[in-house]
Amino acid sequence: MAKGVWIVAEQREGTLRKVSFEIATTARRLADELGEEVSAVLLGSNIAGIAPELGKYGVDRIYCADDPVFETYTTDAYAAAVATVVKENDPAILLMAASVQGKDLSSRLAGKLKTGMATDCVEVRIADGGLAAKRPMYAGKCYGEVVVSGSPQMASLRPNVFPAAENPGAGEVVKFDPALKAEALKTKIVEVQKDASGKVDLTEAEIIVSGGRGMKGSENYPIIEELADVLGATVGASRASVDAGWRPQSDQVGQTGKVVSPNLYIACGISGAIQHLAGMSSSKYIVAINKDPDAPIFAKADYGIVDDLFKVVPEVTAAAKKLLS
Amino acid sequence: MNIIACVKQVPDSEALIKVKPDGSGIEEAGIKWVMNTYDEFGVEEALKTREKHGGDVTVVSIGPARAMETIRTALAMGAEKGIHIDDPQLEGADAYTTASALAAAIKEIPYDIIFCGQRAIDNDSGQVGSILAELLDIPQLTIITKLDVEDGKVTGIKPIEGAQLVIESPLPCLVTAQKGLNEPRYASLPGIMKAKKKPVDIKDVAALGITVDIKAKVAGMTPPPERPPGKIIEGDDPAVKAAELVRLLREEAKII
Repeated sequence: MAKGVWIVAEQREGTLRKVSFEIATTARRLADELGEEVSAVLLGSNIAGIAPELGKYGVDRIYCADDPVFETYTTDAYAAAVATVVKENDPAILLMAASVQGKDLSSRLAGKLKTGMATDCVEVRIADGGLAAKRPMYAGKCYGEVVVSGSPQMASLRPNVFPAAENPGAGEVVKFDPALKAEALKTKIVEVQKDASGKVDLTEAEIIVSGGRGMKGSENYPIIEELADVLGATVGASRASVDAGWRPQSDQVGQTGKVVSPNLYIACGISGAIQHLAGMSSSKYIVAINKDPDAPIFAKADYGIVDDLFKVVPEVTAAAKKLLS
Repeated sequence: MNIIACVKQVPDSEALIKVKPDGSGIEEAGIKWVMNTYDEFGVEEALKTREKHGGDVTVVSIGPARAMETIRTALAMGAEKGIHIDDPQLEGADAYTTASALAAAIKEIPYDIIFCGQRAIDNDSGQVGSILAELLDIPQLTIITKLDVEDGKVTGIKPIEGAQLVIESPLPCLVTAQKGLNEPRYASLPGIMKAKKKPVDIKDVAALGITVDIKAKVAGMTPPPERPPGKIIEGDDPAVKAAELVRLLREEAKII
């Protein structure tokens, strides 16, 4: 009989990522409801020291495989290792992060474990003893209630949506040997090209300042970047400004870009096309700055300023700088 | 090379999506159906790969009768042949079932490289490519923005949070396409004419020999939560309005 709530924790370069604490906290809540334990799988190289940190967020047992093969994430090594330890222990529920790595790993695992998974969930709960999840579909134009069956019942959780709360668990570390077969490791990471800016990714940013068609050209983005710097925010862009070549594709927010849910989304010169609104309307607070009072973005905004963004944005930067300095 | 591109027909990204009153699905009336954006990048990369290495491109799609339009679009872009998996049992199928159907169809034909979109913009599940790769027991490179195929191997670039990975894999493998990979071509008029005569095999679940067992079931759909009405900050002086905005963000919203 499948038992226990499991998570796959995510670390990068020996540091646990915040989303790991979010899924641990959520796993604890579900496990308490079921009267079961929380276990985590942690893979990496030289990571034994960070394993106990998961205990602070309600994890009772951490299955840890510490091996140079796990230094950089590869689907082959990680999916094989997690599948091995999951099959041995038969958990009822398996939660993962809907991060870039988590999406790749969780999908391959769902295939290996021949089970059902709800991706990128914004709510999970126990219903009739099983896992039920709420997740955006059509980039958030509607939501689906998904009932997951199979074993384990899997869900990946959207970063930044679930709270991370300290709640001590037993935190016992169990080392395991995933016994990987060399011939199963087909892909290789040849290089990791780091983004020198050190900016938080849009999908994990707490504040996003986005520019749209109203920016009129790439040369005007410094005013957005200055505001983002003051607020510690990440810069985003609408499809119009990406398609115009003003911003890189990785900055695009919307149904055909990144779907984001920051605490604060500041839309500058963005009219609010349906596909853009779909990608950002689950932000906790939305600010719109646009000179067109009829722009659809104002219908989604908590605070709106109808004015020329070139006049307003630098003033917002100045006011925020004064407040935060 | 034997190249496969998986495509899905989805509502256009500008479509307003309305949930049926009983929550059983979306209202399809008035929706414009198009090829999933990310699948267009997959088809384009499949065609570019064929142009460089020779061979042919087979396009595979699951969907009702109207999905044939999307297959014909890919054929008009330049793919050689199609497989249309059309079975009412697959309506509302989860990712595992969908991937199982694709795998069953693809196993019957030779393949060196398979392209999928990194996700479909309707279900947004993003699982099908990876599960398909697992079922075929081949490596996967997901969410790829640049690809080189040569000498029996591929090298792809994958953006992750704060970095990009350069990943190498032997063939055969499966690649999921992200925006940035290429600029999909438009179908030419002669292409559209030729596409009408290109062969498309139609298969159902029985022909594929799979059983449908849905393990992630969408039990109901709801519209997104309404946002409370917002506040327009009035005034003539941009500096005054900006200061008021910052005050509200600090004192009312408490987020900065």
